[in-house]
This record gives sequence, C-alpha cells and structure tokens, in this order.
Amino acid sequence: MSDTPKATAGRAAPRLGVLKTYKLYIGGKFPRSESGRVYEVTDSKGNWLAHAPLSSRKDARDAVAAARKAFGGWSGATAYNRGQILYRVAEMLEGRRDQFTAEVVAAEGVARGKAAARVDAAIDRWVWYAGWSDKIAQVAGGANPVAGPYFNLSSPEPTGVVAVLAPQESSFLGLVSVLAPVIVTGNTAVLVPSEERPLPALSLSEVLATSDLPGGVVNVLSGRTSELGTPLAAHQDVNAIDLTGAGPELARDLEIAAADNLKRVLRPAPSEDWAADPGTGRLLPFLETKTVWHPVGT
Amino acid sequence: MTRETPQVTGGTGAAAGTGPAKAFAYAPAPESRAIVDIAPSYGLFVDGEFRDASDGKVFKTVSPASEEVLSEVAQASAEDVDTAVRAARAAHAEWAALPGAERAKYLFRIARIVQERARELAVLETLDNGKPIRETRDADLPLIAAHFFYYAGWADKLPHAGFGPDPRPLGVAAQVIPWNFPLLMLAWKIAPALATGNTVVLKPAETTPLSALFFADICRQAGLPRGVVNIVTGAGPTGAALVAHPDVDKVAFTGSTAVGKEIARTVAGTRKRLTLELGGKGANIVFDDAPIDQAVEGIVNGIYFNGGQVCCAGSRLLVQESVQDELLDALKRRLATLRIGDPLDKNTDVGAINSAEQLARITELTRAGEAEGAERWSPACELPSTGYWFAPTVFTNVTQAHRIAREEIFGPVLSVLTFRTPDEAVAKANNTPYGLSAGVWTEKGSRILKMAQQLRAGVIWSNTFNKFDPTSPFGGYQESGFGREGGRHGLEAYLDV
Repeated sequence: MSDTPKATAGRAAPRLGVLKTYKLYIGGKFPRSESGRVYEVTDSKGNWLAHAPLSSRKDARDAVAAARKAFGGWSGATAYNRGQILYRVAEMLEGRRDQFTAEVVAAEGVARGKAAARVDAAIDRWVWYAGWSDKIAQVAGGANPVAGPYFNLSSPEPTGVVAVLAPQESSFLGLVSVLAPVIVTGNTAVLVPSEERPLPALSLSEVLATSDLPGGVVNVLSGRTSELGTPLAAHQDVNAIDLTGAGPELARDLEIAAADNLKRVLRPAPSEDWAADPGTGRLLPFLETKTVWHPVGT
Repeated sequence: MTRETPQVTGGTGAAAGTGPAKAFAYAPAPESRAIVDIAPSYGLFVDGEFRDASDGKVFKTVSPASEEVLSEVAQASAEDVDTAVRAARAAHAEWAALPGAERAKYLFRIARIVQERARELAVLETLDNGKPIRETRDADLPLIAAHFFYYAGWADKLPHAGFGPDPRPLGVAAQVIPWNFPLLMLAWKIAPALATGNTVVLKPAETTPLSALFFADICRQAGLPRGVVNIVTGAGPTGAALVAHPDVDKVAFTGSTAVGKEIARTVAGTRKRLTLELGGKGANIVFDDAPIDQAVEGIVNGIYFNGGQVCCAGSRLLVQESVQDELLDALKRRLATLRIGDPLDKNTDVGAINSAEQLARITELTRAGEAEGAERWSPACELPSTGYWFAPTVFTNVTQAHRIAREEIFGPVLSVLTFRTPDEAVAKANNTPYGLSAGVWTEKGSRILKMAQQLRAGVIWSNTFNKFDPTSPFGGYQESGFGREGGRHGLEAYLDV
C-alpha cells in the first residue's frame, strides 16, 4: 500500500504512506515473535506487501498458555454475553469493510467487487455464529426420558483450547468460518492463519482486541503451518485441533500426534465451499456432551 | 500367580469393631446353570453361519470364578477378518436400502428374543465373566433389551433425529468391545449401528466371547439377513486387523486408553470415523451435608459394582474433611456385609476378577499404593481357593500423587482423598487426564448444579451413581475418549452428518 513518491519540480513531494508492522496477537497483546523472525508476504503477483511475524514453537506455547488462562472466564460467561461480543466483532468489521476488502484484494488477487462480497459474507458469518451462542445447547442437548425416577439432562460444553489451522486459500471468509464456530460456544483458540495470506488475519486481531473479546480467547500466530501445527498437535494442553489448513500428508501426521492426548480432530474436507451455509458441522466437533443425573423424589 | 488376601481372618465373622455382629449365615442360593447349553467349541459368525478360523486356531475361554474351561473358540486371523468385512460390505447395500420400519422390526425381534432368553444369557454371562448373577440378571440383561428397543424405534425416525432430513449410514462398522459388560457393550454398539443402516463386524474380548456368539444365534433366530452382523473372536491382533482393514468405514472401540490411542493413530489420515469409550478415574465427591447412608450405598455401587471393573467407576472418593471419620466408619461397616464368592449365588455381591492378567494388574497397583504410603483396609472375607479373586479394598491417606489416585485400577479398590472447600473438590476431581464420570453427594441443590457445571466429565451422577439408560448419552472428556453412546447423540456416530 505504499505510494511511490514522484519527484515533482517546484512542489513538495507527495506524502509517503506509513507502513504497518504486523504483529502477533497473544493474550490480548500484540507481541513480535519471540524468535525475532519475519517472512515476506507478497500479493498474488509477487509484489512485496509486508513482513509478517514468523512464529516459533515458543510463540505457540505462549499462545496455548494464554488460551488456557482465558478459558475459564470465556466458557463461564453467559451464552448471551458471548453472543453480544461476537456481534460486536461484526459491528467493528463493518466499519472496516474497505480496509479488509483491500487486504483481501491484495491477498487473494481477486477483483475488488469479489473481495468486497467475500468480506460482506465474512461479516454476515460472524453475525450468524453470534446467534448460535444461546441456541446450540437447545439443539444439541436436552432432557433424556430415562426409565426411572431421575432428572436427566444432556448439555453441550466447550472442549477447551482449540488449535485452528485456517484454510490456505480463503484468507478472510475461510478464516472467519473456522474461527467463529470455535469460540462462540466458549472454547478459546490458537489460530494459525493462511501461511501465504496472513495479513487479513493479523488485522482481524486488531478488531478482536477492540470488540470486548477478553484477551487470550483468540490468539493469532502467523508463520509456517507445518512448523506451528506440529507443536500444537502434540501439545498436551490443547484439547482439539482443526486441520482444515493442513494438506493431506501434514494432516495425517498431525492427527497421529494428536492421538497422544486424544485431542478432538476435525479433518480437512476436500474443497470446502466457504460461501455455503455452514450448518452446525463446525460447532459440534468442539463440544462435549455432559449428562447430569439426579434422583427425583423425596 | 500371586494372590493377596489382606486381613482374611478365616471365618465369615465380621472384623472386630467394623461390622455388625453376625446374626445368621446365608444358605447358598445358586442359580442353576442347566439353563445354558455351552457347546464344547464355537466358530466365527461370518455371513450368517458359524465357521472355523482359516488356520484352524482356537483359544479357550474359562470361568474366572473356577478356572474351568467353558469352551474353545475360533481365533480369527487377518484373513478371517477380511472375509467378515467382505460379508458386511456385501450385505450393506440391501440393509441400508431397507425401509427404516423394516430394520426396526428386526431390532424389535432381537430385543424380544433377548428378553425371552434373558435368564439363559444372564447365567452364561456370569459364567464367562465372573460377575454376580444379581448384576447380569438385574442390570445387564434388562439394559441390553432396552437398548435394542430404544434404537429399534429410531430406525424409522432418523429424519427427525436432528441430523438433517436424509441422514445416511456410513457403511461397514468395525466394533471392538471389552470384557467387563460383554453383552451390554455389544448392544451399545450393534443396536445404533443397525438402526442407522450400517452393517457390523464385532470383536468381543478374548476372555468373554461366549455371549456374543450366543447373540449370533439370536440374529439367526430373528432372521436377520446374512452378513449384517458378523462376530470375529480373538485377541488383540484380531482387533488390530479389524480396525486397520481398509474397507471399514467406521471404528468404534470401548476399552483401555492405551489401546484407544493406538487405534486413533491407526485411523489417522483415513476416511474412517472413530468413536472411543476409554478409561476413567471417576471422583465421587461427598459433602458434609450429604445423606451419609445414601452416600455409602452410592460409593459401594460406584466402586464395587462389577468388582470395580467399570470404566466410569467412582474409584476416587473425595470426602469433605469434617465428615471423613463418620463416612469411613459407615462405609467399612457396610463393606463388612458384602458377600464375596460364587457369582452364580443369588446372594453374592462381589464376584470374581475377570482374568489372571487383570488380577495381577490390580495386585501390582495396590502394592504400589502401600509402598507409596497409603493405608490399606479390606473387610474380613474368605476368598475362594480357585479362580481370580480380590477382596474389596479401601485406601486412606491417599495423595493426588499416588499411582492409586492417578491410574485406572479397574478393580474393587477405592482411594480416599479429602477436601475442605467446593473449589478444592473441583480442583482435585478434575486433576486427571480422564473425564468420564463424577459423583456429587450433597443436599444443597445449588451446590449440586454448580459442581455439575465445573466438573470436567461426561456423566455427572448427583446423589446417585452408576446409572445407565439407553436414552441417556454416555461418554467421556479428554483421555476418556470421544463420541457418545446412547440417546439421540449415539446415532451421530453411525450417520454421515
């Protein structure tokens, strides 16, 4: 987004754009990678856009720790409150439509109109998932008519800390489509955005930080999906992993690593259509069903 | 084999100071085993008929209470597993295409035949497994029939189950089940699989294969189409071959966490869907306002039901410090009245341990408990001289670091810890990689609900324990596995959703 200065005789030089140093989002703060590494992010034609932090295993561990710390408060918040906050994210995104459209144009190499439609769809998706917060328990749980004098109720609960490998192609609509369903039910997330197209995700962090979302609920680590996926899949304090952004080989390796503490695994589905109605298919894999019994009587 | 019989006094009298005075002795009340006709040998049940293993190999199944050989059973090779999967595949299209109402009728038939043969199956299960007839007759068999009835009713109502208007079966289900509830686990697996239009290949545990083979006969009696249910008997390698078979669409496993992890690795990167019901280290939390007598019954039911060989057993008792002495005195008094011995005796409360191998594991872990400084107690009781037996055991002075507080023992061994505040109880209860069950005992309703919210376990029993019902989802958090069995939730594991 740099404006190339042109020397114009006799007049002041046009204003030089101020570039942004993109940073990670961990525990509600914007640190650089502890490794000090960055990598080049280019547009679809290979032009330099920015440096993104190249997150390390240590950044991944810090992000998991932050997500764990945030889990109690976020999962303990009322569903109404979580829905309000997700809706607030959509509100903040609405005000930044132009910025995200420009970033999607740069990241995905699509025409402005198409990018705008994708950003609009992503905002609408936040709103759609926001509405699920206080409804999923009624759809996925309920009273069980057991053959005996017992009150018996099943309710869905968040699984815990979820590592999310976001899709590689769809830098914003795909990203939102995998993130929102994880957190709306009370999970906290460590999000690895598209390796080549991380900038919309890093800008989304700024929106999340100003949307009343408690720090640590979403943590964003730009970098190499395979380098970050490995420690996240093996991490004993991660409860689930969404492998959407991993290729078949990496997904298999990560699923094997995830078996060590029996993480819940969402396998990548070939050519998922991000524009389609998502249904509950991305909500349910990160929920546990808890069934409570109590005798009925005196 | 080593056998430990702590504090056996030789007689049946109660231990001094812990039990009531012996007023009378029970006369033996054995259930007749004449109702069961166990053949000297059994084959695999594949494509609607019994057949020998391709390499002719067999293994013996014994009665854990007497070490008597009950029968010889075919040991399925990888080739046999392949044959069984092919049979299930061949049967699938027609079975899935059947109107749900017709599939339902087969399941209703099975449910009815199970009821009709309930007494025979209860005796058989007690012989092969070693658990008391009181449990197989009053708990296992009624629940088995109930599961088939429940899922029979779903077969023609699947569009209403909440998984879309046209939920499809997955195909061939590979099912591997344990020895603690052999026929009940079979019912939990087969009933939802058939209701949803899948065909199955099921491997029962190597120490308890007989009731599954009797179930094969029930399938024959019900006129179930060939290949819809296949039973392959064998040990670990048979199960591994089944799970790894490339033409299996779904794997369902109940058993140890270690094997569950191995299976998760095996199916990684494949299209196979997986559900796992694994181990547990359930906390049974007793507050100072709990009804003590009811809590004691719940604790006994929680850890001595099926000799503690229950994944959701309440194996850790967390008692509020102020009532520790009162509760433990009452518990010990109650344990002194438990009757241990012949599982076929209708008065027996605690039967045999399922196998020599399992007994050795229980023995090893309880020795570790003593070595690590916990205090061991068992009621005075006489254990039979043959078979695999372990006296009901209570460990006090247990800390969270002790192996007996961390590892699943899968035997009649209770580890007692204490707490002072509800927060401490929650922290200790959740201090485990498992998350299958928990119990809460208190008269305060708001506290029950708060505890139930905070405990990380799939089933919370409040003021009760070890209750099961086909309409009630069952399954774990964390390393207790994933997926739920029972209820509407139990259908999801067998549907393409």
